[in-house]
Amino acid sequence: MTDHYLISPILTHLFSVILLLFCWKKVRLQKVISISSNAVIMMIAVFLWMKVWNQGILSMQGGDWQAPYGITFVADTFSATMILLTAVAGFAVATFSAAGISKQRIQHGYFPIMHLLLMGLNGAFFAGDIFNLYVWFEVIIIASFVLMTLGGKKPQMEGAINYVTMNLLASVIFLTAIALLYGLTGTLNMADLSLKVALVQNRSMVNVTALLFFVGFGIKSAVFPLYFWLPSSYNTPPSAIAALFGGLLTKVGIYALIRMFTLIFPPDEFLHYLFLFVAIATLLTGAAGALIKRDFRKMLSYLIICHIGYMVAGLGLFTKSGMNGALFYLFQDIVVKTNLFLIAGVIFKMMGTMNMDRLGGLAKSHPRLSALMAIAFFTLIGIPPMSGFWPKISLIRESFTTDSYLLLAALIIASFLTMYVMMKMWTDIFWKAQTQEIPQGKNSFDELRPHHRQLLIIPIAFLCLLSLALAFGAEQVAQVSNRITTELMEPQGYIDAILKPNSKP
Amino acid sequence: MNSIILRTASAYLLPLLLLFSIFILLRGHYEPGGGFVGGLTAAIAFVLHLIANGLQKTRSLLRYHPGVFIPTGLLLSFASGVAPMFVGRPFMTGLWLSEPIPVLGTIGSSLFFDVGVYLVVLGVTLTILFTIVENT
Repeated sequence: MTDHYLISPILTHLFSVILLLFCWKKVRLQKVISISSNAVIMMIAVFLWMKVWNQGILSMQGGDWQAPYGITFVADTFSATMILLTAVAGFAVATFSAAGISKQRIQHGYFPIMHLLLMGLNGAFFAGDIFNLYVWFEVIIIASFVLMTLGGKKPQMEGAINYVTMNLLASVIFLTAIALLYGLTGTLNMADLSLKVALVQNRSMVNVTALLFFVGFGIKSAVFPLYFWLPSSYNTPPSAIAALFGGLLTKVGIYALIRMFTLIFPPDEFLHYLFLFVAIATLLTGAAGALIKRDFRKMLSYLIICHIGYMVAGLGLFTKSGMNGALFYLFQDIVVKTNLFLIAGVIFKMMGTMNMDRLGGLAKSHPRLSALMAIAFFTLIGIPPMSGFWPKISLIRESFTTDSYLLLAALIIASFLTMYVMMKMWTDIFWKAQTQEIPQGKNSFDELRPHHRQLLIIPIAFLCLLSLALAFGAEQVAQVSNRITTELMEPQGYIDAILKPNSKP
Repeated sequence: MNSIILRTASAYLLPLLLLFSIFILLRGHYEPGGGFVGGLTAAIAFVLHLIANGLQKTRSLLRYHPGVFIPTGLLLSFASGVAPMFVGRPFMTGLWLSEPIPVLGTIGSSLFFDVGVYLVVLGVTLTILFTIVENT
């Protein structure tokens, strides 16, 4: 099906960037524009998702140049779901930012850049052309680099330089791989590539290209051993920005990995074992890293890495229910990680620190808020019936039936360590008696005006509700990921939707 | 810099360079040129004026803060990209007038896209350079 209005989320973001640039110094107006445009985009995303669900894969040719020559935008169920989740996270973060980001940062263009970042993410999910995917990745890197350095404190710069160096290196590798692929097949359209790569005689060259893609996307999605840039850069910017990064940036790498290795390079024996090895190593090292850190956001950063392992594991198993688990995990992880970083922001506002040793006593001072935060904590651990539980159980079962016992052990150990880390966090932040007084003037949360406090709490409550919905609607979510798996494993439908858009009713 | 030769020359060069930048912008559709190079050339015209006469004078010559050019140009490019969607064609499809206009030739939506790029490049370059001059 052809749908010319497919990319309206991207265009709406671009339009809001223009509007926001026109009111550069008007802080209050910028907040209003950003929140309302994110709400509109969320509605558009819901409509788009329903349309894709009812009518099948939609495609659009930029400039009316037919595939495989034009730039293709595609929305299959996978893309549409990611767009929806991006819109949800974007809305939550924009609302949180209205109270959680300082006036100086907003006056230096925080909101326009945030919209550019979201636009880049949307573009990457829509891209049906591999070079276009690269361009969107560049948009994401540049926007996130600016967001990270906004404010210009020294540790921020350090983290940002780590981040941008590694990601530019990843881009170079990605670009090299694209060049090789173009040399081998003479096309850049992903659907066309899917057909032509299978016909290439020079298999060793194809494998090298596949590995280059894996390294490129591996750096972006922070898998073992390419993740060290993540913990050093995610704990420096303000929490609203970190929430956007933690929730979505690594996931776009995972999205690209899943897309590439189902559509263009279906894994052979070697890639299969490589994925499993990487998954095991990522799970274990990420969890181990979270164990020894004492800074709230650093611990969360290592947990992000650890949980990337679950998704890579699902891709490595490359069976239907393994993939199902990976996708389900991906969806719920976006919601819960965004939420946890927002929670970190609120806690920082209350206590003026992120250090576990100096936090404490929150359950006593803010009991209702603690109960809300508990939902996010339990979801991350995956205590049944929270949403982390369902994908984990299907991954564990699948690794058992395919005799991948090492992976099975790694999955269980990582789950256990996650639980331990989260429990330790919980007791340290909420139950432990506060060891020292909060310095005067550090608790900026209780001094905020009530409607600002609500702006901080509403997105957290919203994401918690969504986590609960994912948990109790697990059957529906499983249906969605089932359908996505079918679409991914049998790419003929995707290919037809792009190359022969008008042949189907 | 205070040189009477440069000041006199820049008074003549400024309109000439601006005209040249528009020429580059317009020829860009089929031949080398286009909005990006045109915008840079226009920025050079203003920079020359700045070197000869100082920041204050160039600011008052421009009248608007150069930052305003950025969203204006973006809006123009955005509109030219979205326009085909209102007549049921995909984003960024080139729409062309059926009759050529004298001197300019046939006008299409891609011209407006290029004019947008021209303005964005001009705005960005001048904003950066003005900021650097301010801080030195």
